Amino acid sequence: MRDAAQTGDFCIRTKGRRIVIIGNGISGITCARHIRKRDPEAHITIVSGETEHFFSRTALMYIYMGHMTYAHTKPYEDWFWEKNRLELVHDWVTSINFEQKELQLQQQEPLKYDILILALGSKPNMFNWPGQELEGVQGLYTYQDLQKMNDNTANCRHAVVVGGGLIGVEMVEMLLSRNIPVTFLVREKHFWEHILPKEESELVMRHLREHHVDLRLQTALKELLDDGAGKVSAVVTASGEEIPCQFVGLAVGVKPNIELVRNTQLEVNKGILVDQRFATNIPNVFAIGDCAEYRVPVPQRQRIEQVWYTGRMHGETLAHNLTHPEPVAYTPGPWFNSAKFFDIEYQTYGMVPSRWEEPVTSFYWEHADGKIAFRAVFNGETKKLHGVNCLGMRLRHDFFDQALRESWTVEQVLVKLHEANFDPEFYERHHRDILQAYNRQLGTDLQQEKKEKKGLLSYLWR
Amino acid sequence: MNAIQKLGLGVFLLALLLFNALLFMGRFELTVQELEQSVKQEHVEVLRQELQPMLGKTYTSSFGFATDFNRYLDNYNEEQQRSQQWDRVIWDDYAFALARVASQGFVENNKLLLLFLTVILGAAGALVNILPKYRGEPAGIKNNGIMFSSNKARGVVGITIGVYLTAIYVLLYWYPEYLVNWALLVDPLSYALSGGPASQWFLYGTIYTLAILVMGVRMFRKYKGNNYQLLRTASVMFFQLSFAFLIPEVLVLLNLPWYDLKNIWPLDYDFFFEYSVASMLGSGSIGLFLFIWGILLIILAVPLFTYFYGKRWYCSWVCGCGGLAETAGDPYRHLSDKSLKAWKVERWMVHGILVIITVITLLTIANFFTEFALLKQSTDMLHQWYGFLIGSAFAGVIGVGFYPLMGNRVWCRFGCPLAAYLGLVQRFKSRFRITTNGGQCISCGNCSTYCEMGIDVRWYAQRGQNIVRSSCVGCGICASVCPRGVLKLENGTEQGRITDIPFLTGNESINVLN
Repeated sequence: MRDAAQTGDFCIRTKGRRIVIIGNGISGITCARHIRKRDPEAHITIVSGETEHFFSRTALMYIYMGHMTYAHTKPYEDWFWEKNRLELVHDWVTSINFEQKELQLQQQEPLKYDILILALGSKPNMFNWPGQELEGVQGLYTYQDLQKMNDNTANCRHAVVVGGGLIGVEMVEMLLSRNIPVTFLVREKHFWEHILPKEESELVMRHLREHHVDLRLQTALKELLDDGAGKVSAVVTASGEEIPCQFVGLAVGVKPNIELVRNTQLEVNKGILVDQRFATNIPNVFAIGDCAEYRVPVPQRQRIEQVWYTGRMHGETLAHNLTHPEPVAYTPGPWFNSAKFFDIEYQTYGMVPSRWEEPVTSFYWEHADGKIAFRAVFNGETKKLHGVNCLGMRLRHDFFDQALRESWTVEQVLVKLHEANFDPEFYERHHRDILQAYNRQLGTDLQQEKKEKKGLLSYLWR
Repeated sequence: MNAIQKLGLGVFLLALLLFNALLFMGRFELTVQELEQSVKQEHVEVLRQELQPMLGKTYTSSFGFATDFNRYLDNYNEEQQRSQQWDRVIWDDYAFALARVASQGFVENNKLLLLFLTVILGAAGALVNILPKYRGEPAGIKNNGIMFSSNKARGVVGITIGVYLTAIYVLLYWYPEYLVNWALLVDPLSYALSGGPASQWFLYGTIYTLAILVMGVRMFRKYKGNNYQLLRTASVMFFQLSFAFLIPEVLVLLNLPWYDLKNIWPLDYDFFFEYSVASMLGSGSIGLFLFIWGILLIILAVPLFTYFYGKRWYCSWVCGCGGLAETAGDPYRHLSDKSLKAWKVERWMVHGILVIITVITLLTIANFFTEFALLKQSTDMLHQWYGFLIGSAFAGVIGVGFYPLMGNRVWCRFGCPLAAYLGLVQRFKSRFRITTNGGQCISCGNCSTYCEMGIDVRWYAQRGQNIVRSSCVGCGICASVCPRGVLKLENGTEQGRITDIPFLTGNESINVLN
């Protein structure tokens, strides 16, 4: 009976099909939820060895900092899974038999599937530094990593974090929240150099230094020293400097976590190779999230997208494909992302590269206090907007999503910028200054498009 | 914590210690003359007999005095009740008044000095601890270590504070005679403001106001750079100091009824009870103004302001309960229960209490207009029970005493009938909402964690849905703690206020129409 006949070429669509998802991160869970919405009969099982329940990976740092407990980071209450008949298996998958369509688990009975969704996530990069296996040296990605970091930093007097990216700066912030002094090694000339233009990067670095981060630019890690008992005692930089420390956070990017499927029939490169509908080379096996690598990348996107938001969109899209007769190609809208560097929030909409060439040009405005900035990158001839960065202020996603989809010019955007404001009430507003700065820099005379409402009451709450 | 801050904390704790020690100090000696002056004429004779063993006797603390008094009075009353002589039972509560007049010695003779050493020095110590906070640190969210804190995460310190506060509230509401020494302390202030001696309520008002002011300063430090929080805090500090504390006392000085101009029925549950109405209408044109003002607040201010700004205009900008919750209660805001179950309980309870007080009030008014033919005096019993269960036990003892256990808005969320009324307007006819910023949510949970009303803000944010909830008091903390700029408190058009989008902004793969 379980010999499911394929009713379409995309996936098995029999009633009561067994869908097994490996990985309970944002991709796997989003996919499971959306399948359940459209297919009430499917048996959906989610396997994870990391934690029993879905938690927000982006919130790991807040557990360490004492802003939240682990329980707070669970986006759904524990009854949610049973109520929605999403079976949770808290175990590690040790191997997959693609022929028998069966998973071997570490503790529990093997699991059969009709459809398998791989949402395996990432793991921290390690570049074979001498001493990287020492105690007190670690990356940060999983809940287990967090627990390890908690233990590893219990008696730490000085820490070193390696890698000028988002996880690096998060680890620095985490350590400082426990009053552990940190030396932050960044190989590049600027923080997050391949993403942030120079001005934004400098703004962030000023802020890091304001938080007493010992920021070392153009400093690469050479090796890690043993204290004689298997614990790290210092790092040595490429220039030979020795920095004593009891903890080293390695945050030099992540890579797809695909050890489980390496050397199987599944085609992999850096990640699991998928088409635009997230199908792998094996029928009824799909991959989404950090572990998926597009055979043909979406225009202007990376082959592997390791972002919360893209993971979520993968989940939505694959769920759609598994529950609709006509599968669609993954078509993300305009790029967006966000982060927070200590106290300074960052949002970006559209494509803002770290460097650009004619005819692309850029307009940058920075507040006098040096903590708020806005950049628009656009085509210097047509003025068509490519993207914006903002730091220390909040902008409306829907506004820029529309502007970018409809190919607005930078000037169309700037005269309406007050509509994009998303800062809390009573905050200083910047749209006039930004427009003035643009007029000055480009010799234009643009006027704000429409006066904001100035009714007596709305004025109070502007 | 630097040395100065530690000093401040030390001074505060010493002042608190002395403050509590005061309850066990002083001498209490009741004379016949004092008894005669303090009780109703018809009770003088009985009490003189019954309290004979106490008269002229010196007690070394208010506890001994009050215990004896209550025992003698209870004996007498029980005897009358046994013999069914109901009219002879003394229902009046004389314990506090008699303890006051009987007080002698150390506390009585050193009011100003002791006021300085306890209340004033305590507040000063707290400020010395608070003012240097976050000095030299950039503005930003200051929630480090909260979940590791014994005070803030239901540890030993938190539980101790909860038990202490609960005990104080129990004494304040039902055994004020044990707190008589504290009331004596604030006598000088009471005389200066209203020309009369301090009751336990004046004492309570003083401490309450001071708590809002001092902890308001803490809010200024903690949320520096956040204009919404700063203005909102300044507002509750202002309304507490002026409307709730100073103006009512001045009204009393002018022989007008004590009246808090910002307290609104049904939070001000006895507004329509006979004694309140009589007191207002018996106070000339200003009394009449107060009565009309109170009615206008109910029928005009609540719907109108809530329509434009949401219930926050009251709950987190004006209200006294809200004022304490948002200042002294801020360290405990994350302790609210976020579960769906708690939300269900909340809806039944808070709306149930609104129904109950509305029925009681309507009965009272109907009874009044039928010249008490309808229910005779039995509405009094309803008033007493409501006052005891809701006004005192719920709003006070649980409402504040349980801050360190259940969060700072237990009363506002589960009990306050005015919040329920404001909430109904906010839910069904208002321009206020918390807007979610497209697809930017990362489900981290800071918003839900720090929501004092126990709203699972993230539930909505991660679905790209605006938050329109009757209980939201608009404190704005969710928007502050959000690390990705996803939430914004807004007053906008009603159209598009409640949203439900199938897919979040940013994914164009799926044409929803198919």
